[in-house]
Amino acid sequence: MDNKKKNQWKAWLYLAPTVVLLLIFTVWPMINTLRMSVLEGYDSLKEIGGASFSFGFDNFKQIVEFYRFKDCMLTTILLTFITVPVSTLLALVIAVALNSIKFVKKTLQTIFFLPYVTNTIAIGMVFMAMFNRIPVGDTYSYGIINNIIQAFGGEPVNWINGGSSYWANIAVVSVYIIWNALPFKILVLLGGLQGVNKQYYDAAKVDGTSRFRTFWRITVPLLSPMIAYVVITGFIGGFKEYSSVLGIFGPSMGPGNHEMDTMVGLIYESVSEQQGQASAAALILFVIIFAVTMINMYVSKKKVHY
Amino acid sequence: MKVVLQNITKIFPSRNKKTKDEVIAVNDFNFEIPDGKLVCLLGPSGCGKSTTLYMISGLQAPTSGKIFFGEDDVTKLSPENRGIGLVFQNYALYPHMTVQQNILFPLQNFKGENRLSKEVMLKRANEAAKLVQIEEYMNRKPAELSGGQQQRVAIARALVKMPRVLLLDEPLSNLDARLRLQTREEIRRIQRSTQITTIFVTHDQEEAMSISDYIVIMKLGVIMQTGKPQNVYDDPANLFVAKFLGAPPINVFSGKVENGKLYVGEEAVLDVKGVEDQEVYVGIRPEGFKLDKDGKLSVKVTGVDVMGRDISVVSTSESSLNPVVRSIISADEMGNISGDVAKFNLKEHKVFIFNKETEERVRFGKQVAAHQKIVEEMEAEGQSYVVHNGPLPREADDVAKESVLPEPPKNVFVRAFLAVKNFFIKVGEFFKKLFKKKDENKEEADATPTEEVKTETVDEIKSEEVKTEAVDEIKIEEVKTEEVSEKPKKSAKKPAKTDNEG
Repeated sequence: MDNKKKNQWKAWLYLAPTVVLLLIFTVWPMINTLRMSVLEGYDSLKEIGGASFSFGFDNFKQIVEFYRFKDCMLTTILLTFITVPVSTLLALVIAVALNSIKFVKKTLQTIFFLPYVTNTIAIGMVFMAMFNRIPVGDTYSYGIINNIIQAFGGEPVNWINGGSSYWANIAVVSVYIIWNALPFKILVLLGGLQGVNKQYYDAAKVDGTSRFRTFWRITVPLLSPMIAYVVITGFIGGFKEYSSVLGIFGPSMGPGNHEMDTMVGLIYESVSEQQGQASAAALILFVIIFAVTMINMYVSKKKVHY
Repeated sequence: MKVVLQNITKIFPSRNKKTKDEVIAVNDFNFEIPDGKLVCLLGPSGCGKSTTLYMISGLQAPTSGKIFFGEDDVTKLSPENRGIGLVFQNYALYPHMTVQQNILFPLQNFKGENRLSKEVMLKRANEAAKLVQIEEYMNRKPAELSGGQQQRVAIARALVKMPRVLLLDEPLSNLDARLRLQTREEIRRIQRSTQITTIFVTHDQEEAMSISDYIVIMKLGVIMQTGKPQNVYDDPANLFVAKFLGAPPINVFSGKVENGKLYVGEEAVLDVKGVEDQEVYVGIRPEGFKLDKDGKLSVKVTGVDVMGRDISVVSTSESSLNPVVRSIISADEMGNISGDVAKFNLKEHKVFIFNKETEERVRFGKQVAAHQKIVEEMEAEGQSYVVHNGPLPREADDVAKESVLPEPPKNVFVRAFLAVKNFFIKVGEFFKKLFKKKDENKEEADATPTEEVKTETVDEIKSEEVKTEAVDEIKIEEVKTEEVSEKPKKSAKKPAKTDNEG
């Protein structure tokens, strides 16, 4: 007993640096967010100056009624529900393909992993250049995507510049997010694939299973824990999307004025003026992410075979 | 459905291109598995038995030779078109499906006209489950079953599509001793009731002896002997087979034949009239000893193992090649062993002598007639009696060298990669030569090293040619496989011969 107590004391000592840092930078901000969101008209500077705020849910009401809140929410949800399924499916296909080739595997793996180690803002600028349209005299100079469209005889599209449509913007940001999300997903799924016993495929081959059926009935179920992980983290990441829009459009968060703003973007913008409202928005986002994750877990419990 | 293997050879190309250590896994395998029988491929690990099985299944392609199911040549057919059921060593049951889904899986693959209705599928799955007695567990997942039950599910899954041939790859090796005994009888029962030609791979001689109609004993990719288990045990054709079969193992002594007498050490133990004088190995089965005060073979007794009905006398002898000599005698005779030395007479039909150089069996007395009878019996059943004697071809390197066949790369990517690689090798070769010429001009004195280098480059160019051929033209591959199939015959001076004389 004595020994155990002693060891516990030591254990806490060893954990102390981590625990202290977590308390300061993770636990306290979380609690503080909750506190700030329920204090009406909260302002940290005023608080330091000695002002007190009354308790209430005014912050929630104001942020929900804020004229851009609905658009931000819609954009965030749209981006998430477009990119997560597409990128997961793509990653699965690429991982299976990568797993079945032998020779240039390492090289291809490196290539597919590149987006992961590249700076988000840098990628954003490259995407901007690819989709851009710059006025030159009477006509425009187009980025490479429009050049390709023209080469196939199509009309150039105004993707991201002034006057571009909402859906064109969504498309560009989606492509960006999907491309950026692929490497991590491929990595996880490829790792899972390499752990699958090859005999399952031999057995399927002997039974004359078609490739498609082998994929859906054997590969996907055996990979389902990894797929569930990738989907859940994908949804969480999707709801927190911000840097992609910033990378492509810059601080204007859209071709003109905040057309492509996301929830995190909204929180970021309101932090300087309305800290209480920003906290409220963050809490709303948290509740949504929590709910979606719960749904994901519930579905995966039924479909995932560990 | 009989299964015929004709001159089957499988060569695995070397992984390391510099050392060129190709492995001949199966060497000129000729055997016919009769319809409705259970045949065991038996041998130590690395003897090519599993490779043979996988070639029959179609998961691996033979380098040369042909496989027939009945009259159909299935050599080029893919596994699903051969109509086989395969049970893997680790069962390979799909962990995410229930037992029923696992058994149904092969049936759901049928397409077009062969597609079965749901009721028929369920009926057949239930029949298969009943056959292997797992119908109570239909809704469980494989992880919720014991090893033996999983094994039976695997067999049911293999049987449900009514295969022409059932293949089992070491199916019992993951089971504990008791379950193994039970399951092997189960397999025997299932095989008898379905009458499906079954090929069973194992390294456990007891397993093979107990359930098979015929056994094929292999070593280093070559058939050492075929036959009914009892006949192979009673009449081994060479030292390897004699040593491999039997538990406890056969006792081997070194001895000689002189003037019609067999000597073990200095003791003349048996009359072997008609056998030429030669140095021999003498193999004596443990049950071949008779305790006798005036016995001709004497050994130093070190202990006695009591096994109930019998006792096993553990002793040592200077002439013995095994560390101990084991002789099994009736427990009644236990009292007759007194002192350190035991004397034995030998039962003539349990004593095998083998030529010391070739390790080939030398038969004497009644053994000649007994052997003749076994061969005639097998021929009457339409079975060929195959034995291998003399050195193993794999030990003679020449076969390995002559039958080198570059495995044709199947993947488009791989071909493109090889083509590019060859191009770079050629460019490198060109520069090497260029620099060499310069070096020669500079240092004219040293002649020997340049010669060495030259021969190397010639070799490399040759190998390149082979590669580029394989890359450029697919047709050439077919021609080559035919060529190679003939090569081993020519080069192997002593191929597995059919021995009818005795």
